Amino acid sequence: MSKPEKLLDKKGLRLDGRKLDELRPIKMEVGVLNNADGSAYLEQGKNKVLAAVYGPKEVHPKHLALADRAILRCRYHMAPFSVEERKSPAPSRREIELSKVIREALEPAVFLEYYPRTAIDIFIEILQADGGTRCAGITTAALALADAGVPMRDLVVACAAGKVDGKLALDLMDLEDKYGEADVPLAMMPGINAVTLLQMDGSLTLEEFQKAVKMAMEGCKQIYEMQKKALKAKYVAIKEEIQE
Amino acid sequence: MISSIVSRVKQKQIAQLIAKGIRLDGRKLTDYREIKIEAGIIERAEGSARVLLGKTQVLVGVKIEVGEPFPDVPDQGVLTVNAELVPLASPTFEPGPPDENSIELARVVDRGIRESKAIALEELCIKPGKKVFIIFIDVYVLNHDGNLIDASGLAALAALLNTKMYNYELENDEIVRKPGYTPLPIRNHPVAVTFGKINNQLVVDPWLEEEQVMDARLTITTDKNENICAIQKGGSGYFTTQQILDATKIAKEKAEELRKLVVEP
Repeated sequence: MSKPEKLLDKKGLRLDGRKLDELRPIKMEVGVLNNADGSAYLEQGKNKVLAAVYGPKEVHPKHLALADRAILRCRYHMAPFSVEERKSPAPSRREIELSKVIREALEPAVFLEYYPRTAIDIFIEILQADGGTRCAGITTAALALADAGVPMRDLVVACAAGKVDGKLALDLMDLEDKYGEADVPLAMMPGINAVTLLQMDGSLTLEEFQKAVKMAMEGCKQIYEMQKKALKAKYVAIKEEIQE
Repeated sequence: MISSIVSRVKQKQIAQLIAKGIRLDGRKLTDYREIKIEAGIIERAEGSARVLLGKTQVLVGVKIEVGEPFPDVPDQGVLTVNAELVPLASPTFEPGPPDENSIELARVVDRGIRESKAIALEELCIKPGKKVFIIFIDVYVLNHDGNLIDASGLAALAALLNTKMYNYELENDEIVRKPGYTPLPIRNHPVAVTFGKINNQLVVDPWLEEEQVMDARLTITTDKNENICAIQKGGSGYFTTQQILDATKIAKEKAEELRKLVVEP
């Protein structure tokens, strides 16, 4: 995709018609894979993300097990067909870094001490990417963890804010991320005001950065409500099934 | 990576001292360890620098080669950052392909240099779409005593400022070396400042024992215009909004101090 002339039109609307502080349309579904202990699917704009949780289960290789808590493992992976130019399926340096920061974003939420000597594995597959996939991955993985019944302090939810054509904007899509001035992905547990992932690239003044953090948090809170709804929806569906 | 173990007694001691605003090695919460920078110590490299941050020791070498540009930016040079956690530097480093820690280290250093546009990559184009200079920054950790990110970032910046490129002319699209050297075009000076969160308090420049007990890590890289150009949170804990705002302010001040050590001598 080539560089668009402008990222904002005369009315200040974005390439996909969104306002600056508007999220992309989001769809979530919980419990979509029957083999996994927990799973979830999410669409955020053109992003399509699938996450699965296996565990707590026995650790292999065994020497990785910890005597006082579970270990959390995470793999963030992009499908070869998820981006414009085919991506090699082998994990890239970017994916290795993201797997690490996503694990560290989810870890603070999980009561790992409840399951000593076990492992909890999280697999995140990006089926289609359009910017902000690490955030979408975290939001989806948190749902899968909850679906697996893993006890957590709160749901983790993530959203990015950034700067495009000189203005701060919420939930950047790929073109805005690529040709914009900055991107600030943030994950948090809204219930306890804990920021569990924070990254930034680009250039922002201190003041802009503070505003971007606030904006990303507002976005997180909106997605958080959708997460809770999606979790409840699964059980409402089960209840209806039983009543039939 | 093999994890190392800190005794409960020491964990408690570190946390209790920090609650009183002091640290095990006598520093205040926002003090850096002593920093020594030596530039140009590897003659074979186009640029090099060694940074001692307390006992942490990082050597950075810059090599320049000619290669092809990326198709999406055909008229710009290429920047590559790689980090090696050399096994002689710590009992927790093992030989083998780079693990997630060395990849993260390299990518955080890369982000600071790239996003601040520290290197004028557009001046490193030889023939658009065909030939450009590739700048290899290799971070070599020689001794690990904590806060590898800040030490590596400083060493990378010092090495870049020390980098010389040979003069050349194009004859029939081939590079012909000419006598003399010119410095690599450096436009900005990114500096990373890393915080550890211990006992709900922020400490600047955590050393190894503090890293082993800290809940989370936050690195803020600012450029010479006081803009933030890169941030990375690490570790399995979290930060409050207030802690993040406090950290950005402290990072700005500390980065200014550190920048003087690299840029002015």
